Amino acid sequence: MHIPWRRVIRRILSMLGTLLGVAVFVFIMLRAIPGNQITAGLGTEAAALTPEQRLALEAYYGIDKPLVVQFFTWLGNVLTGNLGFSSRSQVSVLSLTLNALPVTFELAVLSILLALLIGIPLGMLSASKPDSPRDAIGQLIGLAGLSVPSFLLASALLTILSAKFGFNPNGEAYATLTEDPVRNLRQMLLPSLTLGFGIAAPIMRTTRTALLEVRSQDFVRTARAKGVGMRRLQVRHILGNALVPIVTITGLQFGYLLGGAVVVEQIFSLPGIGRQVLIGIQGKEYAVVQSTVLVIALLFVVVNLLTDILYRIIDPRVRAE
Amino acid sequence: MTRGSRLTRGSLSLIGLGLAFAMAVSGCSSSTAGGVATSTAPKVGGNLVVGITTDPDNLFPWKATQFQAVNVLQTLYGTLTEFDKDLNVVPGLAQSWTYSSDNLTVTMKLRQGVKFADGSPFSSADVKFSLDKIKDKTTAAVAAASLASVTSVDATDANTVTLHLSAPDAALLANLASVNMAILASNATEEALKTTPNGTGPFVFKERKPSQSITVARNDAYWGDKTPLDSVEFRIIPDETSIVSAMQSNNVQLAVLDDPLVAKTAQGGSLTVAKTPQLSYHVLQLNASRSVLSDVNVRLAMQCAIDRQQVLDTAALGEGEVTGPITSPAYKSDPAARPCPTRDLAKAADYLAKAGKSGGVTIKTIVSQGEYATSVAEAQNLKAQLADAKITLDLEVLASNAYVDRWVAGDFDAAVALNGGRPDPDGMYGRYFTSTGNLNKVAGYSSPELDSLFAAGRQSSDPTTRKDTYSKISQNLEANAAWIWLFTGYQYTVTSSKVSGYTPMANASIQFLRSTSLG
Repeated sequence: MHIPWRRVIRRILSMLGTLLGVAVFVFIMLRAIPGNQITAGLGTEAAALTPEQRLALEAYYGIDKPLVVQFFTWLGNVLTGNLGFSSRSQVSVLSLTLNALPVTFELAVLSILLALLIGIPLGMLSASKPDSPRDAIGQLIGLAGLSVPSFLLASALLTILSAKFGFNPNGEAYATLTEDPVRNLRQMLLPSLTLGFGIAAPIMRTTRTALLEVRSQDFVRTARAKGVGMRRLQVRHILGNALVPIVTITGLQFGYLLGGAVVVEQIFSLPGIGRQVLIGIQGKEYAVVQSTVLVIALLFVVVNLLTDILYRIIDPRVRAE
Repeated sequence: MTRGSRLTRGSLSLIGLGLAFAMAVSGCSSSTAGGVATSTAPKVGGNLVVGITTDPDNLFPWKATQFQAVNVLQTLYGTLTEFDKDLNVVPGLAQSWTYSSDNLTVTMKLRQGVKFADGSPFSSADVKFSLDKIKDKTTAAVAAASLASVTSVDATDANTVTLHLSAPDAALLANLASVNMAILASNATEEALKTTPNGTGPFVFKERKPSQSITVARNDAYWGDKTPLDSVEFRIIPDETSIVSAMQSNNVQLAVLDDPLVAKTAQGGSLTVAKTPQLSYHVLQLNASRSVLSDVNVRLAMQCAIDRQQVLDTAALGEGEVTGPITSPAYKSDPAARPCPTRDLAKAADYLAKAGKSGGVTIKTIVSQGEYATSVAEAQNLKAQLADAKITLDLEVLASNAYVDRWVAGDFDAAVALNGGRPDPDGMYGRYFTSTGNLNKVAGYSSPELDSLFAAGRQSSDPTTRKDTYSKISQNLEANAAWIWLFTGYQYTVTSSKVSGYTPMANASIQFLRSTSLG
């Protein structure tokens, strides 16, 4: 297989540029927000600190050095695999991230699977007879998925199921997939349903539009004229050729999910990457936020890259380009 | 400032002051309105799950100020004195104490046979080490100022310590009851204790999962009554509504909530909600060092233009009581004794006229969004009420960090706040309203009269005299409208039907987990 090296190198350089941009942006943004780790830790009690105590604490948190020194010290550490230390949790950021990432990754995979299971059939149903009642129902469900905020759906699911049926697996201590697969999947059920329902909507709409577009193309008419069966025509010829936009939207949504679904993780008490960033911001733990956001950005660009590679696999026209 | 996740102004960092002399004699009443039934024969065993909204941010007791951290640490560490359920000072690691005739020396007899969690024995050397280190400025202990009157500590013998004071200090024994004054082993280091707490409390540290839970287990070597529970798991559930859901499905058995709306949703079924009036208070802080507010008449005009009950009803569903400055039961201020106990717009207009501001004034007011549920609603109601008196509150709603920054710098005309309270008025207001107080810059008001009144209150050992002194301080603060005190709220303790033996406290402490059992 021919590998377009120039394009690969250009892509890698662009990814590195993006990551550096994210690093600089997050570093500056964090410091632009009022407060620091001292006031976040002590609250208004910080008003009672003597100047000597304040200086001692600034040195302890490493915020007494010039910003440029702080930035390159952190970046240098990151390049050697040291993502920093969380003084709040008393563990390394790497360790925190390695614990949180699988939670978010699993949630993202399950949510995307559910979204695809809901979105593609609904899209196909709608596209099979445009402007019919079945199309209207499909569109209505899609609209609901887009318009119901995840915090509302999450709170409603949790409150109703626990108050009326005593069902709330997320009230139990969190179990990883390896510790207790059954409890883990029970705990992932409601959050991935909440997220999957929201993501199913754009997938459904994209599927519908793409299917309608492909259906009107010449090769479909030819296939039909040649007597290809309806099921084979729908799945192999039409859906197969409509996959590129569906993969694009799925890849994008998956990338966003890897950034952590903060609200859903909060409501369902999932110790994922979104919560890690939120707690880091609240506690003004610079290293935690900077390093975690960098990891998220890295995941996002990698997912984007994989999506692009997937185009080449599923669509010969992209390969030909 | 606020109560959401942090007991501010050291409200828990120095759980209360001065009850040593006053409250015991005056027979202070319980500030606990609701309570959870106490079982006479507690069932031994079981793992109690307590829902908390935030991961404790610091497990080193001398520096912890966050509500959740302080609560967890209270189960692990012992202090020389303690509070009982009515906030009276009772013996802790110090079994008894005596004062010299001039009240300048305190001799404490320590409990014998006490051990730290790591098995090492407790002795007077640990007490001397701890108090000396807390006083040491380089330690940056949050309670250092509370030991200001202690000039030296002697380990007289293995079971006796002697504290030498520069002046009589009525608040000292209550100061020592704070977990920020926890007695640590003389070989303890901050770095080690941050990951592996080692105290003499009723529980020992068992396990921590960051962002998930902290578990403590029964300390079988504890000097007091053994806790019935095998262990307590503090499970982190970030949202109060989700905590209630977890309780309804019986995954969590106890939680302390702030939001009255959420607490209402917990009522009914197998859950019990107990309301406990709190020492913390909602207030409109005025900064008298700012030009327009430096005139007492402007401040009094504001005070007269506000119906506090309306603020309480509008912002907090009426869940609380209108209050004066001092909220502790033994010294409670009488809100009816203040100038303009009810809203009086005519009087407010008179005061504004006296200040030469009949045309009205504008006060820049900072408000914290998100730190506690009612802040913005309180600010909006105050703005509406004051507008009727031609006083414009220019509200600046800030995120928590931004608010704290401005507050710490004293950079505001007025601030809507929820301040932590303490059982003793000296600890509650001495550092705000005395000219040398370390928070006077933020309070924005002091006077020679207040300085001498606070000094008298601190040095007097006579409960009646102290009560009279703090009554005068309360009147002085209100007569000068140093701040505008609004109301006190409740804390809501939600328990499942299996929980017994737990007593909520007005200082928000959950120390009675040690007597709690699961039926």
